[in-house]
Amino acid sequence: MSWEKVYTEKSDFEKACKAAGKKLRGLTYREAIREALLLTMKRDNSVFIMGEGVDDSSGIFGTTTGLNRIFGSDRVFDTPIAENTMTGIALGAAISGMKPIIVHMRMDFLLLAMDQIVNHISKWSYMFGGKLKAPLVIRSIIGRGWGSAGQHSQSLQALFLHIPGLKVVMPATPYDAKGLLIASIEDKAPVIFIEHRLLYEHIGYVPKNRYSVPIGKGAIRKVGRDVTVVGISHMAFESLKAAEILKKEGFDIEVIDIRSIKPLDDELIFKSVKKTGRLVIADTGWITGGVAAEISARVAGSVFKYLKAPVLRVCCPDCPTPASPVLEKNFYPGAREIASAVKKICKR
Amino acid sequence: MKRHNNIPLITLRKMLRTMFTIRRFEEKIIQLYPQQEMKTPVHLYLGQEAIAAGVCLNLEKKDYIFSNHRNHGHCIAKGMDLKIIMAELYGKQTGCSRGKGGSMHLVDIKNGIMGTSAIVGAAMPIAIGAALASQMKNDKRVSVVFFGDGAVDEGAFHESLNFAALKRLPAIFICENNFYATNSPLLARQPADNIFQRAKPYLIKGLRVDGNDIIKVYKSAKDAIESARRGNGPALIEYRTYRYKQHVGTRYDHEVGYRPKEELDTWIKNCPIKRFKNFLLKNNLISLDEIERIQACIDREIEEAVVFAKNSRFPGKDELLEDVY
Repeated sequence: MSWEKVYTEKSDFEKACKAAGKKLRGLTYREAIREALLLTMKRDNSVFIMGEGVDDSSGIFGTTTGLNRIFGSDRVFDTPIAENTMTGIALGAAISGMKPIIVHMRMDFLLLAMDQIVNHISKWSYMFGGKLKAPLVIRSIIGRGWGSAGQHSQSLQALFLHIPGLKVVMPATPYDAKGLLIASIEDKAPVIFIEHRLLYEHIGYVPKNRYSVPIGKGAIRKVGRDVTVVGISHMAFESLKAAEILKKEGFDIEVIDIRSIKPLDDELIFKSVKKTGRLVIADTGWITGGVAAEISARVAGSVFKYLKAPVLRVCCPDCPTPASPVLEKNFYPGAREIASAVKKICKR
Repeated sequence: MKRHNNIPLITLRKMLRTMFTIRRFEEKIIQLYPQQEMKTPVHLYLGQEAIAAGVCLNLEKKDYIFSNHRNHGHCIAKGMDLKIIMAELYGKQTGCSRGKGGSMHLVDIKNGIMGTSAIVGAAMPIAIGAALASQMKNDKRVSVVFFGDGAVDEGAFHESLNFAALKRLPAIFICENNFYATNSPLLARQPADNIFQRAKPYLIKGLRVDGNDIIKVYKSAKDAIESARRGNGPALIEYRTYRYKQHVGTRYDHEVGYRPKEELDTWIKNCPIKRFKNFLLKNNLISLDEIERIQACIDREIEEAVVFAKNSRFPGKDELLEDVY
């Protein structure tokens, strides 16, 4: 059993371990994040966490629970509801020798901090000829469903993809959540670390030790020959579900979990497209001007001659997120939409 | 040691020297700007020199300052080498930001200048972040942030005062109230001319001081900085002053119509350097000869900076994509 395999139920994980005859430690995505924080803070006194609600009992969906008791209120503290200033404070602390982690519980709230993120954090190295570095992590959370509507649901990664000087990572598995968070904290560049709420309960193998997963490297989650499907965050998981559906119908897709969108692992995608000749990109964000559009453009620019069919994007349609479950169902794409996009470009 | 008003003579002379340096440096910019070799928007500090000089003379090298688009004075007063500022204005590789920042984005880590921002009000959060780091490390540094009256309009001002007060951070908020944000007068933007009173609801010290009187600037800043260093939290000081030149560029702008010539004339009469020079002479704390010697020395230093800047190489094309991370 490889660490890539992720289960939605603990019992399934345990069953799989038993079947493989292995005793592996399973951790949920949320526990993996907490463990990354715990291990890094134990090792490095300059790391601290701040954000609205990081020290309350719910602990940011369980990712920071109890850390304030372990490390004290100087290193894990609640903040005023002042997203822009608090994000700027993270920058000020970062250039003064600390490694701040600031948590914005919903990505929608990051919009209030755009001045500090775009005008300051992203440029604090370049604008000063590389003399200053801003080693900070902005943890932000996206999700879907339950009538969250327009302001508690947005997947705005494309906004950050556009900005030079930022790194943007979107782990899809517990293993990567831990390894990429450790890598993000250690990186000298500012990192936007985007978690997906629907992944928090997912369980997978997470080693106890401190390890990091390189930023800017994707992973092939399933080898296949007919179509390359690039999945981003939760959509990587949906892509694997689509692979199951498609297998029954005789389609063999290759699933790439891209893991970081900035820097983007072009080479991994190009190599796969050269083999399959077909590409579907599934993102949690909107279709227009999104990550999928960027990947399409790069593929068209570099490996066009290998393409046997148009590139399709499976993303949210161009309207704000609706609240009603009926509308929501039509808003969010998933495994079914990925499967039909695959079939559309395979036309047998 | 000779003192006046409890300030050592050496400090008084440094005040004069620092103000002169800022003034002459910017006058040199004005002189050279028409050559169009300095391709960067300059926001000149002429008229406000007493604030940068008076505040920064209270700071240690390790202390941080954060500044804005009108930053030359602050950086010079904090001890930055004129050569690397001038080279930056000329877009040269030897500039403090290797030609990537220009006039508005100066940096000098060894002197505690941690990057200047040209977004109004935005340096305040960064400054208090640095103050937070100092508090966490207990390294006894103080963070000073300079901003204008326009920045008081911004949310970041209020958010920053709030957090600095909440955590009792070693941060000093220096508002240089020159009464105009670009061309908008203060009372077109704020309900009252009472910036220093904004400290009150945050339970921190708020002061209003004549920003063209360097002794008053120095003493008020000294109290605030020493108090912050002892762990007594932040302060807000409003220094009232005036910028002689247009918001950006090297010309006067009274003909544009937003502020009358008489207002400018009144403030030029109230020039902080002239006032202080007369004060020193009157009290026999300096002689005219000495003043001339100081000025000549500064002018030489500025000339050397110009030569250095002009003779330095431009960044190579291959440097375009460097330093992104």
